[in-house]
Amino acid sequence: MLHIKCPHCGMRSQNEFSYGGDASVKRPELGKDISDQDWNNFVYNRKSLRGKHWELWQHLAGCRQWIKVERDTGSHEIFKTLKAEEEIS
Amino acid sequence: MTQSFRLKDVGLINRNKKLSFKFNGKKYYGYEGDSLASALIANGVHLIGRSFKYHRPRGFFGAGVDEPYAIVQLYRNGETEPNIKATEQELFDGLEAKSVNCWPSVNFDIGAINNFLRIFLPAGFYYKTFMWPKSFWYKIYEPFIRKAAGLGTASIKHDKERYEHKYEYCDLLIAGSGPSGLASAYAAAKNGARVILAEDKSRFGGTLLTSEVNIGNKSGKEWADGIISELKEMPNVTVKNRSQVFGYYDHNMLVMSERVSDHLPKTKEFHPKQRLWYIRAKEVLISSGSIERPIVFGNNDTPGVMLSSAAKEYMKVYGVLVGKNPLIFTNNDSGYETAIEFKKNGVDPLILDTRSNPNSEIINEAKDLNVKIKNSYVVVAAQGYKKVKSADIAKISEDKEQLGTIENVKCDCICVSGFWTPTIHLASQSGNKTKFNEEIDAFVPRKSKQNEKTLGAANGIYTLEETLKDSFEAGHEVSKKITNNENRVSFPNVVEKKSSIHDKFWCVPLPKGKNYKRFLDFQNDVAVSDIEIALREGYRSIEHVKRYTTLGMATDQGKTSNLNGLQLVSKIENKVVPAVGHTTFRPPYTPVSIGAIVGREVGKHSKPTRKSPMHSWHEKNNAVFVDAGVWLRPRYYKRGNEDLFEASKREAKNVRTNVGVCDVTTLGKIDIKGPDAAELLNRVYTNAWLKLPVGKARYGVMLREDGIVMDDGTTTRISENHYHMTTTTAQAANVLSHLEYYLQLVWPELNVNVVSSTEQWAGAAIAGPKSRNLLQKLFPNSDVSNEGLPFMGYMEGDLFGVKARIFRISFSGELAYEVNVESNNGNFMWEKIIEVGEQFKIQPYGTEALSTLRIEMGHVAGSELDGRTIPYDNSLEGLLSKKKDFIGKRSLSRKAFIAEDRQKVVGVVPLDKKTSIPEGSHLVKDSKAPSPNPKLGYISASCWSVEYDNPFSLAILKDGKNMIGEKLFVMSPLKNKIIPVEIVSSHYVDPKGERVRS
Repeated sequence: MLHIKCPHCGMRSQNEFSYGGDASVKRPELGKDISDQDWNNFVYNRKSLRGKHWELWQHLAGCRQWIKVERDTGSHEIFKTLKAEEEIS
Repeated sequence: MTQSFRLKDVGLINRNKKLSFKFNGKKYYGYEGDSLASALIANGVHLIGRSFKYHRPRGFFGAGVDEPYAIVQLYRNGETEPNIKATEQELFDGLEAKSVNCWPSVNFDIGAINNFLRIFLPAGFYYKTFMWPKSFWYKIYEPFIRKAAGLGTASIKHDKERYEHKYEYCDLLIAGSGPSGLASAYAAAKNGARVILAEDKSRFGGTLLTSEVNIGNKSGKEWADGIISELKEMPNVTVKNRSQVFGYYDHNMLVMSERVSDHLPKTKEFHPKQRLWYIRAKEVLISSGSIERPIVFGNNDTPGVMLSSAAKEYMKVYGVLVGKNPLIFTNNDSGYETAIEFKKNGVDPLILDTRSNPNSEIINEAKDLNVKIKNSYVVVAAQGYKKVKSADIAKISEDKEQLGTIENVKCDCICVSGFWTPTIHLASQSGNKTKFNEEIDAFVPRKSKQNEKTLGAANGIYTLEETLKDSFEAGHEVSKKITNNENRVSFPNVVEKKSSIHDKFWCVPLPKGKNYKRFLDFQNDVAVSDIEIALREGYRSIEHVKRYTTLGMATDQGKTSNLNGLQLVSKIENKVVPAVGHTTFRPPYTPVSIGAIVGREVGKHSKPTRKSPMHSWHEKNNAVFVDAGVWLRPRYYKRGNEDLFEASKREAKNVRTNVGVCDVTTLGKIDIKGPDAAELLNRVYTNAWLKLPVGKARYGVMLREDGIVMDDGTTTRISENHYHMTTTTAQAANVLSHLEYYLQLVWPELNVNVVSSTEQWAGAAIAGPKSRNLLQKLFPNSDVSNEGLPFMGYMEGDLFGVKARIFRISFSGELAYEVNVESNNGNFMWEKIIEVGEQFKIQPYGTEALSTLRIEMGHVAGSELDGRTIPYDNSLEGLLSKKKDFIGKRSLSRKAFIAEDRQKVVGVVPLDKKTSIPEGSHLVKDSKAPSPNPKLGYISASCWSVEYDNPFSLAILKDGKNMIGEKLFVMSPLKNKIIPVEIVSSHYVDPKGERVRS
């Protein structure tokens, strides 16, 4: 079980969180014309990479904040966690 | 039989407490402190079971966790448990055990015919034989294999025992209480670290209990006892025996199973049988020791052949002789220690040493005691069927290839030592890449991936002095990292006998003309010949060889077989062992009972149960409940002998004619506040929300980004910047997370707060033509007329002194209202509604009537909004705003979503107006078409229409728009039904929606 540092609450076990997918995906602006391909990329297409990956988790059984977690998908090492409003560096 | 193999005054057992037990129905006696194995050996019982494949007789091979043979079915306090190692099971008074994998008895086992058929049962036999014909698998092969295989029977009764889970955090977890575990725990504890020390056995001390050493002028055991009692007194230390750390997971999470009560005849009141510990440790020290390795020779699975260390442990710990005429077969000095122990207890052993001229302190001590030693000798084969009677031995050449003349010597046991294999399972599980240590022919941990370090024998260090030095140092260093303290403990004086190097000999060649089975894996009956076949057939990767031959795959996970298997593969392949590599070590290290894994989460405890504030009223009024997610909801209220069908029809009918009340507390409720609340709703819902006036409710549909309907519900504007959103019962949590996602990550500029208020409000839906009359009586001071409170209107009211929210919304399609009060007042509200409603013939209705009402009105719900449908499919396209963007809108223009013949919700009526239509059935054009019959759609929900008194269903049907009036067939292969049906509008009752506005 992973041990995730919630930027608001501190170190907590994985079972307090729920996974939210790739954190680098940006939702297209509302009302903007967008090609089928770009929309499909936003909705469906994700890299399933091995290695460092920024992902979203929600501290569901805690502060309910969505957070950003930089995790190695192979080794599960967690390098950094950020608040929702903090930009991925 | 008396305990004729019990020694006098030796061992750690309590001779003042005699215990009786039964094995295979026969009564025996042992002592407190015995294992089941030691008690049986004391009584001269060596035949304990039959082997997995060939049903060969099985005895004892080890004395602990490494035991591959002695697996029994245990009976304790009216329960039975399979897969219990007799070597690990502590004896208690009244214990009963039986042999497994034998029929009709362990002495005469019909399955043993496999032993004679063994040339037909080589590696991969099952794969090769049971492949064809395909149809034979279920009826013939599989039942046969099931009957023939298996190591015991699981009970089919509910387990009455209690199992617990415990979560623990510590600075340092130490697995194993041998010399390295004790030393590191002591050093770390004295330096202020919070330590958990876990020992698998009941006794602490590991090899210190059986080795002849001296630490600080004390025997090994005395020193261990002293350290343990000191540790137990320290507030920063938890010391646990009978506790196996069996799994090392990510981020230094380890799991340990504590056998709290398995050693007792009965679990004490308020105690669990077992407890599973989830331990998050900052640092881990692995002191799991090593396991003696067998040497491979002919018939090396005969009962009486066992590890030399086990023989020593039986003598020193349990005061039991494994034989009175022992033969010791060794390639290192460990065999001599066992021989010395025999000699001290008045038994004359014979040592066969594969080495030509070994010399060391230990060997000299044996010689001084006149122990008979034959150098350059090997055991060629054990003789005897159910117990060793003699051994064929021979001199072996210097190159270890040629055997001399075979001699036969009488013996009643063969104690084997092929040197020691470090127990690296936990380290490997942690991600540590191991390396091969040539000196000890075994793998040891190399580079840690997590915060762990392996000490002592588990790290391939076999001298006590070095082990203790390393371990004191490691305990200090690791604790210093955490506590920053510098309190050192002094290093004790250590006396141990020096040993010489071992011989890298591991397998005795077959003599000419003999074809003895030479076993590698004792639990799965994998012999040298099986590996040879696998390699001949082209298997190369050790992982493949393992799966093809089942080498190392049994419940002992190859603890004694792994390395010899690797040696063999590398020899045949002409490679070095590290080039072959080892198979992956995976948790659990030892079998863990399912009960311990499940813990308290059984039956009703497997999930929380949520009840509405009106629950006790429902109970008192004969409600029959149904699980709605984790909620318990009344399904119907039983009157007299009514069944579900009759009761729900009565309740629904009463709503259509009079008035009914339904508990809708379970609906998800989200309180939304902030100046941008309307903007949020406008983006989340598909319809327009910016112009909703205060005091009005609106129905809304929300989509996922992929255009699929996520949820629906009404949202009411309570005041300028305050909204009350309702969701379906099932999606309440998901919708809240969904809103939080967009507010926190996508549109943080929106000034809105959302919070779940599901449990803050109790809700009652009052529905039916007489609902307004009832409402007027409930709220005499409010104007609830059609003008005062129009459809989709909202007002606050005073319900006999209680503040209430009144919404004019309808799910049933009738004139209807929903009244919400604070949860604490829920029961009061409910009782008032029932009391006042009596004059209007009010009846409570459950979820079944609720469904009937919504289905015949064509209102879509969870069974249509099932995560596969878009708004069009549910005839909700009228709610899609063309003027604004919203979540998921862009997806709706995808090609498949705008196809002309897109699926759509329709109504379905059986032509005979009688036959009920099973939910989940398929709709087809031609009931006689060959299979697979093209499916046009499926029945999503069915009811008995109370309006028309005939069955009615909703279906999602391809090209539903153009199918109204068509005649199709409903097919349910599951219920074996074919029903001719007509497709009608989904709005079966009141299609113009006049009632809700009346």
